Order: sequence, then C-alpha cells, then structure tokens
Amino acid sequence: MVATYHYDDADRTLVRERVAQFRGQVDRRLSGALTEEEFRPLRLMNGLYLQLHAYMLRVAIPYGTLSADQMRALAAIGRRYDRDYGHFTTRQNIQFNWIKLEETPDLLHDLAQVDMHAIQTSGNVIRNVTADHYAGAAADELDDSRIYAEIIRQWSTLHPEFSFLPRKFKIAVTASATDRAALKVHDIGVRLHERDGARGFEVMVGGGQGRTPMIAKTIRDFLPEHDLLSYLEAILRVYNRQGRRDNKYKARIKILVHDLGAAAFAAKVDAEWAEIKDGPLGLPEAEVARIRHHFQPPAFRDLDAPNPLRVAKARTDPAFARWLRINTHAHKQPGYAIVDVSLKPVGGIPGDATADQMDALADIAAQYSFDEIRVTHTQNLVLPHVEEGALHAVWQALGSHGLATPNVGLASDIISCPGMDYCSLATARSIPIAQAISTRLADLDAQEDLGVLGIKISGCINACGHHHVGHIGILGLEKNGQEYYQLTLGGDPGADASLGEVLGKSFSADGIVDAVEKITVAYRALRTPGEAFIDAYRRLGPAPFKETLYAAA
Amino acid sequence: MTTQVVSANRLDNGRVVYLAPSGQWIGALSEAEVAHDASAAESLLNRAATAIIDRLIVGPYLISVTAATGRPQAERLREQIRATGPTVAPAHHDWAA
Repeated sequence: MVATYHYDDADRTLVRERVAQFRGQVDRRLSGALTEEEFRPLRLMNGLYLQLHAYMLRVAIPYGTLSADQMRALAAIGRRYDRDYGHFTTRQNIQFNWIKLEETPDLLHDLAQVDMHAIQTSGNVIRNVTADHYAGAAADELDDSRIYAEIIRQWSTLHPEFSFLPRKFKIAVTASATDRAALKVHDIGVRLHERDGARGFEVMVGGGQGRTPMIAKTIRDFLPEHDLLSYLEAILRVYNRQGRRDNKYKARIKILVHDLGAAAFAAKVDAEWAEIKDGPLGLPEAEVARIRHHFQPPAFRDLDAPNPLRVAKARTDPAFARWLRINTHAHKQPGYAIVDVSLKPVGGIPGDATADQMDALADIAAQYSFDEIRVTHTQNLVLPHVEEGALHAVWQALGSHGLATPNVGLASDIISCPGMDYCSLATARSIPIAQAISTRLADLDAQEDLGVLGIKISGCINACGHHHVGHIGILGLEKNGQEYYQLTLGGDPGADASLGEVLGKSFSADGIVDAVEKITVAYRALRTPGEAFIDAYRRLGPAPFKETLYAAA
Repeated sequence: MTTQVVSANRLDNGRVVYLAPSGQWIGALSEAEVAHDASAAESLLNRAATAIIDRLIVGPYLISVTAATGRPQAERLREQIRATGPTVAPAHHDWAA
C-alpha cells in the first residue's frame, strides 16, 4: 500500500456527494435553469475552466503523490475524455485540456473511484497543498513533510470561513534544509526544522509571483507542532478580514504583508492567535500520529550501498552513467535511490505525458517503486523508492517510453506554462519558446558543463511558469500584435530565494532563443571553477550579461 | 471600422465556434458571416444573445478579421490560434486528424 493518506468512508462520501451535486448543477446549466453567470463559480469550485479551445479540468494531486492505480486512472481519463494526454503543472496537479462540460460529471465520477477530485483547484480558496516532491525518501529530510501537508489539507478542505477569501491562497510545506517546494514564493511557506533537539515550524508569509512578485517574510521562526493549525487559522483570519477585495490585482496576502510591514502583520496574527491558540484547533499528538501512520515508509529491504550491479553497469554504459548522475538522488534508505523522470524531452512540451506514458509509469512504479509516483512543481515525475540494483532496468524501461532524458535540473529542464496555445489569459506563447531553447541547448555534454540552470517561461504576467524565480526567466508579452519576450536573470526558488532582474529591452521569439544561448556562453566565460550560474550572477551582477546582450545593438 | 465576425465557445463542449450566414454556429472561421459596419456587427451580437438564451454558446464577442482572400481570417494571433488550434502538438497527436 502506498505511503500516503488513504480515504476513509467520510472522505469517500464527501467526494461522491460532491460529484452528484456537480452532476445536478451541470444538468441545470444545460437545461437552462442556471445562467452562465450563476454556473461559472460552481464549475470553478470543481476545477473546471473554459479556456481557448475547450473546457479545462484541473485535478488535485495533494502534495504531488500518486499511486500506480491513480496514474492508470489519469491515463484512462486522458483516453476517454481528452486526447490521449495530460499536462502536469507547477502546482503538482494535472490538467486536461479538451474536456466537454456534458462529460465532466462522468469524469469526476471516474476520479472519485480512485479517491481523487478537483475540489479547490480553482477559486479564492486555499488551493492544493504542495510539499517537497522527495518527501519520505530524501536523505536530507528531517521528516516526511506530507504528514503536515495532509493535516493542513484536511483543515483547509471546505473550510467554511475561508471559502471566499479575497484571492486564491497557496501553502507549501517542507521538512528539509533544502527547499524543493519554492516556499518563499507561496502565500504561506511552512518549514519543519530542529532547534536544540526540539522540532518546530518556520512560518513564512506573503511570497508570490504574478504581477507583483515578492519573497515571503518569516513571521515566526519556531512554531510548536501543537500550534500549527491555530496559527495558520490566525493568519488566514487576518488576511480574510484585511486583505483587499476592491482590486483583484492587490488582493493577495503578499500585498497586505507588504503594506503593513511584516512585523505589524505578525503582531495582528499574534493578537488573533492569542484568542484561539488554546481552542479546539490545537493539534493533539494522537491526531498527528494517526496521520503519520498513513505515511509509514514502505517495506524497504535491508540492502548494502552502493549496489554492485549499479556500479558495474555505470562503468560499462556511459549513457546509463550520465542518467545516474543527473536523474537520481540520494535516498534515506541504504541501497535505494530516488529517480527523477523527465517530462522534458528535447523539443517536447514541458509537463505533457501521453496516456501510454502514464500507464508505463504506473507499471514501472508498481514493479520498482512500491506503487508510488510523485509530481514535481518543476513539471517532472519521480519514482521515490527504487532499489539501486534495479536502476538499470528502470532506466531501460523509462527510456523505451521516452521518459529517460537525463536533464533534470539542467538547461533543457524548462518550466513552461501552457501560454497562448491553450490559456485564455496568456499574452504570448510559451511552449514553442521552451521547445526552441531545449532544442538549441540539447547537447548533453554542454548541458552538464553548464550545470544547474533553471529556465522558466510564462506567457503572461500571472507567472504560472515561475519566470520570476528562473535563473533565466522569460516573460511573454504582446506589443502591437506581436509576441515579445522579456528576459530576467538571477531569480531562484530555493532557500536563498531571489527574484530575477529585467536586463533590458525585450526580444522577438527568435531573438529570445539567441539571447538565452548568449547568456550561457557569457556565463561559461565568466564563471570561476565549479561556480553555478546563480552564484556567478550574484557575484557579477547584471552588467556583464547586459553587455553581452545589448552592447552590439 | 474593421471587418468583424462573432465568435464564442459552445456551451456543451467548449469548442470554438463562429456564427455563419445560415444562423448555424460552426467551427470554421473561413465560413463565418462577416460584418462590414457597426450595424451589422451589432446584429451579429444580437443573434449571439439569442444563442445564449438557447443554451448553444457562452461568451460571444466580436473579433477583427481580414477578408482579403474573400474568406475571413483572424487578425490577432490569439484568434488565429483559437481558429486553428494550438501551434504545438504533443508528439503523438495530429490536430488535423
């Protein structure tokens, strides 16, 4: 059984009643009993958008964890209701792009059969709670962050007081010094850490991207476990009361925190918290233990590391050795590895997976990773628990389905929003730019030489493609009917998060690809031995890169 | 004024449609009815309002087109993409199929 939260009867009843409720709402819309104005908020509460070409359904994948059966169900949905594929998103969710309103209740019914839904994937509510995609497996973690993400998920699901917030609200959780969940660009980031042998949470508030990007401020650096929910409730109450509702562009909590100042905001939270901290939201140890029980590690075998088969194969097969270097990660259990599954083939669409690939992933997970798959906010997938001795077989199996591109974390591992090819909000296309850049920078030796390099592309200022925290960020805009691309450098989503700086005038679609390549050439020339791109940029500043891009103009 | 056609999405399946001279809502922009003046454009929107009541479409709006070839073509890229589908296709998929 996969180490994740398993629905009980109450959960299943809730989800199935919600499907039945939505079926009735769709029937009333199609019969004319509901107008579009009346129906629109109801469909959005169920994750159903109307995009450029069709309805789009966003399905929640809490903390990015999927069982093999759930992945097979997503593949089946892709075949039956979409066009044989799905798109994994920067919020660890999946979106289906070609959905029919009249078929959506049946689709939601199929999802409910595998304990999944689309509740709170849209609207001004607390959205799907995200977490470290290596949770429960990473060698460097203090605990499985999904335990606390699940507790927050349960608290926030259909929370009556927070169903009409000023704006959407995103919470991410980690339990490691390495931030793999981009905490500091979330409305709330929660990081479990240890001090003097005790555990507590650092709570960061007011991060976000969009048209006004901001890095979250820490307003409490050591919150006891018992107080987690009461403190979050206090934050949400202050935001719900004082966040702006007169202007949607100033309605996110980051604006409130910024306008008040972090200290004043924290004081308001503390005042609210004082009223409720000793109330029913206190987190009993028994309840934490109950949730923790769902996340028991799988039945790992007692193995030696490193596995001799892995070592021998790596010695004789350089392609396998490269994939091992790039696409596997240290596991907490000796003899096991975390496998990154790239959804970024050269020239491909970032985050897309075909139904056949999803089925293949499910089979590989069932055979080699205790039935478990993760979705990353970087639009890749993860097999969290693979025996080192099976890595060669897993590499071959992934490779036969186009899922073994050894580029995770490298230049062609590009985050891209759907852009104007699908999204009704977009001002420019993103995917073709990602495809062109990944093709231009395809050489694997050169990518490995460049090292960790996050290129992130958004097709509008809403920044779903995380361009503000791209080492190289690209923002697509429309000017006089033409697509233009603004380039930023120096963003980073990690523990030492930073926002990218605009370098200068924007580029055409062809020009932005050349510009990105020029930046990589300049970095190679300017770096010190072993210096990563972001470190070189922080040392040098924008000047030499500006010179490279604009001096000749 | 520019020449215009009225576009919307079908209520039942969300697909992009245009109002044709026959009064049908069709998928081919090239077959759409073209309004050459403000009065004709207003007439298109009035007929679209009826189609909303008839639960055929949602969100109708006018788009600017050129009709140099005798058949309307969208001016803005966004509308070109709505008319012909994404400019990128998953490796397994042929949009024209």
